[in-house]
Amino acid sequence: MATNGVLPRLWRSEKMDGLDFSSSPDNGEEVHVLAVDDSLIDRKVIERLLRISSCKVTAVDSGRRALQFLGLDEEKSSSVVGLKVDLIITDYCMPGMTGYELLKKIKESSTFREIPVVIMSSENVMARIDRCLEEGAEDFIVKPVKLSDVKRIKDYMTGREMKVKKEETTSTTNTNNSNNINKRKSRGSCDDLSLSSASSPPSDSPSSTSTSSLSSQSSPSPSPSPLTLSPSPSVVLSSSEPSSPSSSLDSPTRRLKMTMSE
Amino acid sequence: MLGLGADRLRADMSRLLALLFHQGVLDEQFLQLQQLQDESSPNFVSEVVNIYFHESEKLLRSLRGILMDREFSDYKKMGIHLNQFMGSSSSIGAKRVRNVCVAFRAASEQNNRAGCLRALELLEHEYCYLKNKLHEFFQIEQQRVLAAGVRYPMQN
Repeated sequence: MATNGVLPRLWRSEKMDGLDFSSSPDNGEEVHVLAVDDSLIDRKVIERLLRISSCKVTAVDSGRRALQFLGLDEEKSSSVVGLKVDLIITDYCMPGMTGYELLKKIKESSTFREIPVVIMSSENVMARIDRCLEEGAEDFIVKPVKLSDVKRIKDYMTGREMKVKKEETTSTTNTNNSNNINKRKSRGSCDDLSLSSASSPPSDSPSSTSTSSLSSQSSPSPSPSPLTLSPSPSVVLSSSEPSSPSSSLDSPTRRLKMTMSE
Repeated sequence: MLGLGADRLRADMSRLLALLFHQGVLDEQFLQLQQLQDESSPNFVSEVVNIYFHESEKLLRSLRGILMDREFSDYKKMGIHLNQFMGSSSSIGAKRVRNVCVAFRAASEQNNRAGCLRALELLEHEYCYLKNKLHEFFQIEQQRVLAAGVRYPMQN
């Protein structure tokens, strides 16, 4: 059942060292995402986020393995050519090869440079974001990754023939973004929290708007989902995030949280 | 009457979660994880949280080990461990634990050993509290699933 130049053996359900192959057969319809993250927890979460969004996922734990999977690793020659990967999503901070270095290698490859690459990072460092976008990253997601993020990036994978049109809109939104970037106070590291305040009860303003943004997400109905937030007095969710739900689907830098510390 | 038991347990779960949200122990990311749980992945949250417990305890041991060395504290390595701890805590919605990691990391960047020791104790305390509460949560959930699964024959 080899379509689009993919060799059949790759689509068999196999677990190799550091690699997890998704087990569904290649029907050519579903998008296939290569997820790269050294954190096991984050791999589990991103895998689930993508699968629930009807994507096939291959999750690897390093940039090296990602390149091997694509057949780009110089040392290990791979007989596989033309893997059908529709999107690569990678963590930025990884030991060995960073997400940025992986991004560069992919963009240097004539075979794979067209594949959209999304960078994830727990830190909203402006310089880092700019560098990644300049190197050709499609988007930059600040962790933790949510369903709304996956929903947004899925749009990059569908309609690749409309890439030119997307590039035009991206360049205009990037200009808008840089205006937004300058307005925001962003910190390189979240080290302004003193020890004494770390354990005090949260005194932030209750953000009921965050509750509404949760309920407006299009997500499958969870089976054990007993939580009703309305009765509780001050439920502190992300206290400083801009609250309109639709903005979470916007361009990369809207996803930036203003502060990472609470 | 078993149906009522399931409802009561569900209410208990809601109350516990609301408390943890109110205390800032958990944040919306935990809700996000719950939304990823369904019939095809019915134990997703507890699976992820168990991985988190396992990894966190290793990290806490490593951090304590580094700080107990009075000769030399490898602050760089501590920073790496803390980044990992911060990341995983953030991914499951463990807000207070994550915040302590942030403060801890600041102390380690300043090579402040006393500050690091204080932060480690606080971190262990917060982690313990989180673990106990989440255990409680999953226990109630298990009971609720069992209670909801038992039916009187005619109700099928």
